[in-house]
Amino acid sequence: MEYTQQDFKSPMELKWCPGCGDYAVHAAVQRALPVVAKELNYTKQRFTFVSGIGCSSRFPYYVNCYGFHGIHGRASAISTGVKVANPRLSVWQITGDGDALAIGGNHFIHAIRRNIDINIILFNNQIYGLTKGQYSPTSKLGIITKTSPYGTVEHPFNPGELVIGARGTFFARSLDVEIKLSTDIMVEAAKHDGTSVMEMLVNCVIFNDKTHGYISDKEERDNRIIVLQHGKPMIFGKNKDKGLILDREHLQLKVVEIGKDGITENDILIHNAETPDTGIHMMLTGMKAPEMPVALGIIRNVTDKTYDDNIRDQLEEVKASAKVHCVDDLLNSGATWEVE
Amino acid sequence: MTQIKQIYADKNQLRITKITNYDFVDEKNFMNFITLKIKMHILFKFSIKTFIIRKIKSIFAAKFTMTYNKSQIINKISMNKTERVEIDDVVIRFSGDSGDGMQLTGTLFADTAALLGDGVSTFPDYPAEIRAPHGTVSGVSGFQVHISSGTVRTPGDFCDVLIAMNPAALKANAKWAKKGATIIVDADEFNEKGIQRAGFATLDPFAELGLQDNNLIFAPITSLTKESLKDSGLDNKVIVRSKNMFALGICYFIYDQPFDFTFKYFKMKFKKKPDLIEPNKKVLVDGYNYAANTHAHANTYKIVAHKKEKGIYRSISGNQATAWGLIAASEKANLPLFCGSYPITPATSILEELAIHKNLNVKTLQVEDEIAGICTAIGAAFAGNFAVTTTSGPGLSLKSEALGLAVMTELPLVVVDVQRGGPSTGLPTKTEQTDLNQALYGRNGECPVVVIAASTPSDCFHYAFYAGKIAMEHMTPVILLTDGFIANGSEPWKIPQMKDYPTIYPPIVPEGDTDYKPYKRDDVRLARRWALPETMGLEHRIGGLEKDFLSGEASHDPINHEKMVNMRAAKVARVQDFIPNQEIVGEPCGDVLMVGWGGTFGHLYSAVEELQKEGKKVSMTQFNYINPLPKNTGEIFQNFKKIIVCELNLGQFAAYLRTQFSNISFEQCNKVQGLPFTVAELKESVNKLL
Repeated sequence: MEYTQQDFKSPMELKWCPGCGDYAVHAAVQRALPVVAKELNYTKQRFTFVSGIGCSSRFPYYVNCYGFHGIHGRASAISTGVKVANPRLSVWQITGDGDALAIGGNHFIHAIRRNIDINIILFNNQIYGLTKGQYSPTSKLGIITKTSPYGTVEHPFNPGELVIGARGTFFARSLDVEIKLSTDIMVEAAKHDGTSVMEMLVNCVIFNDKTHGYISDKEERDNRIIVLQHGKPMIFGKNKDKGLILDREHLQLKVVEIGKDGITENDILIHNAETPDTGIHMMLTGMKAPEMPVALGIIRNVTDKTYDDNIRDQLEEVKASAKVHCVDDLLNSGATWEVE
Repeated sequence: MTQIKQIYADKNQLRITKITNYDFVDEKNFMNFITLKIKMHILFKFSIKTFIIRKIKSIFAAKFTMTYNKSQIINKISMNKTERVEIDDVVIRFSGDSGDGMQLTGTLFADTAALLGDGVSTFPDYPAEIRAPHGTVSGVSGFQVHISSGTVRTPGDFCDVLIAMNPAALKANAKWAKKGATIIVDADEFNEKGIQRAGFATLDPFAELGLQDNNLIFAPITSLTKESLKDSGLDNKVIVRSKNMFALGICYFIYDQPFDFTFKYFKMKFKKKPDLIEPNKKVLVDGYNYAANTHAHANTYKIVAHKKEKGIYRSISGNQATAWGLIAASEKANLPLFCGSYPITPATSILEELAIHKNLNVKTLQVEDEIAGICTAIGAAFAGNFAVTTTSGPGLSLKSEALGLAVMTELPLVVVDVQRGGPSTGLPTKTEQTDLNQALYGRNGECPVVVIAASTPSDCFHYAFYAGKIAMEHMTPVILLTDGFIANGSEPWKIPQMKDYPTIYPPIVPEGDTDYKPYKRDDVRLARRWALPETMGLEHRIGGLEKDFLSGEASHDPINHEKMVNMRAAKVARVQDFIPNQEIVGEPCGDVLMVGWGGTFGHLYSAVEELQKEGKKVSMTQFNYINPLPKNTGEIFQNFKKIIVCELNLGQFAAYLRTQFSNISFEQCNKVQGLPFTVAELKESVNKLL
């Protein structure tokens, strides 16, 4: 179906703070939806946005589709219900680091485990914004917030590690300012059968400004991130002169410079997003600045049976051998007797 | 069907011609039986002798002084001719270790009686532990069956026959035996070790419990089961496990029950282990013959079923009926049924039952927790399925917040709460009515939902159906309260026909409707309409934020909020126009009105029936529609001098009634022991008011 961004534009005014990273993700979604509709031949009314609670969870109000603004932490459960009830829907779940990884952590990992065909956009600003600045499960260790006046003493989650640990079939990461990359990721996520998790590193200009500043820095960004592409060598850097190799001695990834110490492009690892093995994907997901570049792009994109497929197949199997076809049959099944 | 009718006819024939006490369907069975009977005579002579010797040995070994002497034992097994007595009513309680198969034994006995047209009511009473330590009181599992020629409304307060497979079972259940009840015990288990493990102070449990004058039957059930299957090639563990069938056989003899249903059950149950079919049959028949040959009981009893209303009957438990009622609502609404749920005692078997019927357009999700149960259901309701979640008290607590979301989004949803003993984990396997307040009020904000309660195992079907109908037609969450007692209990049920149930009309908005506004309501029900995702042109957004009165967009306007609060309350109150009037059992005026709600119906009914027979001006009324109450509720209350609200809590319904009828005084009869009322208790509390 041919749509334009205008078709998905909501009459509602966007009410995020000026400079909030959510605007950029919203822009990417607006660009992605017409492409998804066209490539998958979806009508507009098949798009359904479900969210939990938080700044980003206002999102469904800002897209002119079916939308459900849920309660804190439960977006994964609600979107699971929506998708199972009507598998034809293209379900997009909007959630944040608090919503998905704290109060909703349980639903989040189980949706991934089931591999239900929903697209989860996880806005990670590493802070609680809507409640005005408390630390979140992704906040960096030691961060000073209203509830951690002396710094946090908690280790953060890396969302991608959770996804891959639960054997998620699709994980991608982008940065709010990388709108083109985010758009591409969203289109691929929609095409992927199974749970797609897109971590969006967004800036909270009010309570956690520049939390991703090191990697989003305009001048140095290309040296501090690596955009992974399936089948392409893992090369990055302003001058495309850096790459990743496997340090066999320590069994970990290592940054090398092409042309230095006899390293050529042939030595650089080729990204395989489609291998079911989680090992290398876990390593790529876990790369931390400043020692390593932060991996963006589609890190994992694996084909596996989805929950929806399994339900459908099982139903067909059961129906084929069923002897009970209506409630009257059911009521009269098993041991009955007649009184005359 | 025809086969069962045939059995029935044959049974009558046998009775008339008085060929024998034993009823067999065909000649082959009969001949087999005769052979068995001869074999058993031989076995019997042997076993009785060894039994008595063992018994005496054990008496001396255990050095306990028996208040009942040897001759008494022999008397119990004397060769006097057994008389057949016709009776109207009997209550049997099977009890043993939780691994002894007492639930199955009781169920088979109940189902056989039900097939013969008797009135049946059952009450499983089992521990929370799956297998508590062997031989201890905490691990005792019980199953009470009440059989009657007429309609049975309760599983009986106390039992006429108690089967105790070990001393612990005797200890745990003696209090449920009527004065003079027959007590059948597995003599093999009544040794020093067993008696001590059960925690008796002395080595004479019968004297200790004051049962020495009861009709005691010492059947060496374990050793005779071993004897029965010694050539079966089965290992000892498997053999001993089938001793419950020996006990069942004894009961079949005393209460003159045929084997056929049980044989059929073995065939089905052991489909994958066919080598267990014959041994189980053999033990059952040997138990029967043992009782026949030893004349274990002075009389055998026959319950002659009264003529029942014509129709096809089946046995049904409350949870099964609930599941089926929900499926029926889905069929009548022509919408798929979606159940998101998490296992919790005693509600789990609803989910299990629904999971079987995928071919009837049923989707079940066993999700990660209770909250996911209701949240997946809310998502499914948004997307246009008939959504359901099933739980028990602690689960309902976890679902509270999401229930508020369903109230705010005004989506149809049925929440089934099979109440158990609380608070917290409480008494998971016991029954109570303590979730009423939670169902009525347990949410943040002004958050009304429809509350319905089922009152018997079979009417769970009816109320589950109507819970679905109201939810879908009125666009509201409905909480259906049942309880452990009716959920696990079963009774014979005249099977309804779906043509007698109404079609359900959910207000689904058709494509192309230009008038659609998410919160625009109809005048009759005040329900908003249901616009399903994928319908062209109806794109809209709803959620937990307060809604604009018409557009449904998030609104913080104070006047709008109050308007919406009032509207949600009015919508639920409006359901009153669509539910039947409250009915009275007995005269519409009198001295005392007994008021109950939900699963206490059978006990209240039996109590009022007895009180009326005694000439007392007592009536009763049982509420199924709790919020809103039926329209005529106030009128009913006007006409009685005293009203007593009987419930298995500290007075939650009474308090609720007081909020609605402040001019009426409500007395209370309460019990919170994790057990149903007894008829005697109820009568006593009414008699105090007379």
